[in-house]
Amino acid sequence: MSNEPPIPNADPRFLGLTADGWGRILAPLLVGLLALGAWEYAVRVNEVPSYILPGPVEVWNTLLRDWHTLSVSLGITLQITFAALAVAASLGLLLAVLFAQSRVVELSLFPYAVILQVTPIVAIAPLIIIWVDDIRIALLICAWIVAFFPILSNTTIGLNSADHNLLDLFRLYGATRWQVLTRLRLPSAMPFFLAGLKISGGLALIGAIVAEFVAGTGGSASGLAYRILEAGYQLQIPRMFAALLLVSMTGIAIFLVMTLISHLALRSWHESAMSREKG
Amino acid sequence: MPDTTSLIRPLVALTGVEKRYRNGTLAVRGVDLAIGQGEFVSLLGPSGCGKSTLLRMIAGLIDASAGTIDWPNAMHDARGRPERSIGFVFQEPTLMPWAGALGNVMLPLRLAGVPKSEAADRAAAALAAVGLAGFEKAYPRALSGGMKMRVSIARALVTKPRILLMDEPFAALDEITRFKLNNDLLELWERERFTTIFVTHSVFESVYLSQRIIVMAARPGRVVHDIAIEDPYPRGESFRTSAEYAAQCRIVSRALSEAMAA
Repeated sequence: MSNEPPIPNADPRFLGLTADGWGRILAPLLVGLLALGAWEYAVRVNEVPSYILPGPVEVWNTLLRDWHTLSVSLGITLQITFAALAVAASLGLLLAVLFAQSRVVELSLFPYAVILQVTPIVAIAPLIIIWVDDIRIALLICAWIVAFFPILSNTTIGLNSADHNLLDLFRLYGATRWQVLTRLRLPSAMPFFLAGLKISGGLALIGAIVAEFVAGTGGSASGLAYRILEAGYQLQIPRMFAALLLVSMTGIAIFLVMTLISHLALRSWHESAMSREKG
Repeated sequence: MPDTTSLIRPLVALTGVEKRYRNGTLAVRGVDLAIGQGEFVSLLGPSGCGKSTLLRMIAGLIDASAGTIDWPNAMHDARGRPERSIGFVFQEPTLMPWAGALGNVMLPLRLAGVPKSEAADRAAAALAAVGLAGFEKAYPRALSGGMKMRVSIARALVTKPRILLMDEPFAALDEITRFKLNNDLLELWERERFTTIFVTHSVFESVYLSQRIIVMAARPGRVVHDIAIEDPYPRGESFRTSAEYAAQCRIVSRALSEAMAA
């Protein structure tokens, strides 16, 4: 019968990179190097003291010298960030599933999720830190509050965006609620959930850092934000920059990891993970 | 009138079926219709004549506001509902993008609790029957429009339903692909003789495929003609180009014009 050829998968694989790919990496890198060079030059020529503005070379050297202390702090911040993200992802998903099952539950709980989201975390953090004895748990809660909403709201939309004809088809075959959820709604929600996770990864880090700032020197936990505060008090500005650099790098790394996870999970079927040849 | 022996105990019988939507629109009014076992019937009419609504009511996807839809030969399940054994093909292929062709065709069996390996075997056979052997692992986005529709037909037939309901399945395809799918569908039907109700707005397609054409008129949707096409099967390209085919198309076309003027 049929011999129609399949549409060739518009997904060419390159061992190296295309000219476009190299440009994408090299252009921003060049801009960065130029900016750093200009910064170093300006600091040296004007003889700016390092307690006002250290040059990039000094920041880098400080990072290497203080790596032992800083890496411990980085570990603590990462722990809080990932714990918060894990709790946000699982609770967000669970609550979204609950919302999808019952309109009443969604209507009664969603406004509170919004309230939690719109209240600035800096304003609630002191309360949480007072109420919760364990400082780590307090930090975790703060980071969770910030990271939770994008996952909840995205997944809720995703669960409700299942194809109507497919829903009819499932009904036609007498599918149970559970079958509709696991075989249709959850896979439909997957791209939305992953997009939420990508946003929440960065937010969890921000939440953790903000909470550490609020907790300040009072806590036994000493994450990167604590190092920044400490360095500020001691006028060790190069160290402050080094800690700041670590925070940014961590944020970028989290974003890249989330993008990779999303790509791996969706690459075989979802438009967002497809590379297309440009016409 | 069509062959009446099969209509003494039809597969499905509609009596005074009416559908009024919540906004007050009367989509279908007073439809009496009996579909015999193994018949190939087309529902033909202009858009808005309620042919899709009628099909969805037969499928049980929407309820009739008045009248009854009976399945006289059907067994009844534990809750007293008739076991209708339906395959449904939508206008779009309606495939799950995250599953391969085999996974999509397996769906009805898996929902019914058929073990995975048996479901896979039966799904592979259904795919082969629509000419897609070798495409089991292909994701929908890697398939052409015609191939996606074949997967959709394989999925509808994998449960060996007693009735296949098709809602303008080939309307979005190009003519060459449509002709080919028409031929392949007829070939499958001649082999398996599942009852088929085929919704279309094409006179040519309905005459080519069906034993019987139900012509519907709009506002409100109702049946105005019931035309038998008695030409024998198999109907190939020679039928499509015959004077007999042209004559039948003329009759049906006139009936449709009347329906649209009514």
